[in-house]
Amino acid sequence: MTSVIELEQLSVTFGKRPILRELDGALNGRAIGLLGPNGAGKTTLIHTLLGFHPPTSGTARIFGQDITRDAKQVRSGVGYMPERDSFIAKMSCVHFVRLMAELSGIPADHALERAHEALFYVGLGEARYRPVDSYSLGMKQLAKLAQAIVHGPKLIILDEPTNGLDPPTRNRMISLIRQIRDGGRARILLSSHLLRDVEECCDEILVLNDGYIAANCNLEEERKANRKFIELETRGGNRVAFVEAIGALGCDYALLGERRVKVIMQEAVEISDLYRLAHDNEVQIRRLNFKRDSLEDIFLKAMETTDGRATDGRL
Amino acid sequence: MAVYEHLYRAYEGEQHTAWSRFLVIPRYALREVFKSKIFTTIFILCFIYPLVAAILVYLHHNVNALALLQINVRELLPIDASFFRTFIEVQGAFAFILTVIVAPPLISRDLANNALPLYLCRPLSRTEYVLGKMAVVVFLLSLITWVPGLLIFLFQASLGGFAWLWANLWMVGAIFLGSLVWIVLLALIALAVSAVLKWRVVASGAMVGLFMVPSAFGEIINELFLTRSGHLISLWVTMNSIWRGLFGLFERRVGNVRGTVTNPIYDEQFFDIVLMEPPLWASGLIIAFVCGVCVWLLARKVRAYEVIG
Repeated sequence: MTSVIELEQLSVTFGKRPILRELDGALNGRAIGLLGPNGAGKTTLIHTLLGFHPPTSGTARIFGQDITRDAKQVRSGVGYMPERDSFIAKMSCVHFVRLMAELSGIPADHALERAHEALFYVGLGEARYRPVDSYSLGMKQLAKLAQAIVHGPKLIILDEPTNGLDPPTRNRMISLIRQIRDGGRARILLSSHLLRDVEECCDEILVLNDGYIAANCNLEEERKANRKFIELETRGGNRVAFVEAIGALGCDYALLGERRVKVIMQEAVEISDLYRLAHDNEVQIRRLNFKRDSLEDIFLKAMETTDGRATDGRL
Repeated sequence: MAVYEHLYRAYEGEQHTAWSRFLVIPRYALREVFKSKIFTTIFILCFIYPLVAAILVYLHHNVNALALLQINVRELLPIDASFFRTFIEVQGAFAFILTVIVAPPLISRDLANNALPLYLCRPLSRTEYVLGKMAVVVFLLSLITWVPGLLIFLFQASLGGFAWLWANLWMVGAIFLGSLVWIVLLALIALAVSAVLKWRVVASGAMVGLFMVPSAFGEIINELFLTRSGHLISLWVTMNSIWRGLFGLFERRVGNVRGTVTNPIYDEQFFDIVLMEPPLWASGLIIAFVCGVCVWLLARKVRAYEVIG
């Protein structure tokens, strides 16, 4: 199956300053989160994918099409929501979105219909005849989303879509992104500083640090892998005998302080087995947590690498 | 993504041909331009001279009308190369006024509102974007320059007969080419100014200044140094030379200056300086140079995002 985005030794340099350094990898998620501290190269990567900056060396492909050689075909299938306020002045929102649809190749009459649909979809149906420059920040963000999806792209690139939004508008934006993701008709590349946004929307993440790929992992797989990692808080009984019995089941364990035990569960072992062993050894299980790495843990681990490079490309 | 379903769906219908996509830009821009009453009024005024010219052509061929108005045909302007050159000059001045009104916000407004990434993230190149914006100016200026010029030529040809048409057919090229060079020059300068200056009023002022200030400076040079080389920095005069060249009316020698200087050793000396207009090739070179600078500026400024290296 063709990857959504393939990076092949992609480097971008501004003047003498390297911004992206030999990025390699394939991104396949339904919604891909692009993370990294300020200056990591997130926006430059997006701009390079859109053809705004030429690669210094290497290349990238979107759905198998080269971003340099097939730039127009690539851009036909991509919708882009920029980070900053971007609109065409003195134009009603419906005309603005219609213009964007027509520039993407949709004939005028279809474009008008699609513009109305897109604005209703994002929740600006009632305000669609107002000029975009009279909109509030939240409405402008939704208008930018509408113009990004009006032509029904296969990949939607969202650069900081929740920037400056109040909680209800943010929730609306996140819910729209998830709807599009779950609809399965478009893939999403979401760049954000807000880990919560990425965690709520994305199933794959690419962490950039200082122009390198610091981490590239599938969040779903990470979550599944960590589901077998359990932290117990115990009281009383024979704690040593209890953990030895857990070890006898084939599980790795570690004692943390006087009360806590970390257990890495095996396929065949069930939670009920732990309760049975605790009962046999008169140990009370006061708390049982399925512990998994949060996105924050993954992000912080990625940032710990000294030069930004992940040791094996994955966490 | 139907209105009532509120679902996202891809577009699977027919699409524009790729080459014609840039024409979407002038279509939307022209709609905006004609919303202005001031612009529409000035645009209508631009057709007064073509109307007068058409009436003149008609009078030349209508004895009854001349008799009625008690005008001798010899009192009327002759319908020749000079007539059409004057037509292009007058309409060229109107073209300049229209450009100053229409062109400055074309790119500057997009730059001020960060709209360039929205255009350029679509299947539209930077060149196509500039061509789309340029098409706005080219379309409007064509309507007041070579289009009425050629219509009046055809009108005269229809009244003057085949012999007149055959003898003056070369003027079709002069009318079209003369207008086109002026239109392209105006459009490129206006778009370059618009790409450099984000404020409409400043851009309009700069556009006027670019034509007026060098012209005034050129005249000062001419007077001080008793030459006509100062005309090379005046786009008005340079363009006029090209128009005269195209209509076969260009003469380099435009006069001479005679005078005396008093020298303490040799007493009084006479001098006679022949005033020569710059050659046509120099005028062409100046126009090409200005166009080149404008293209270079546009190439630098029309980018989705400016990169500071």
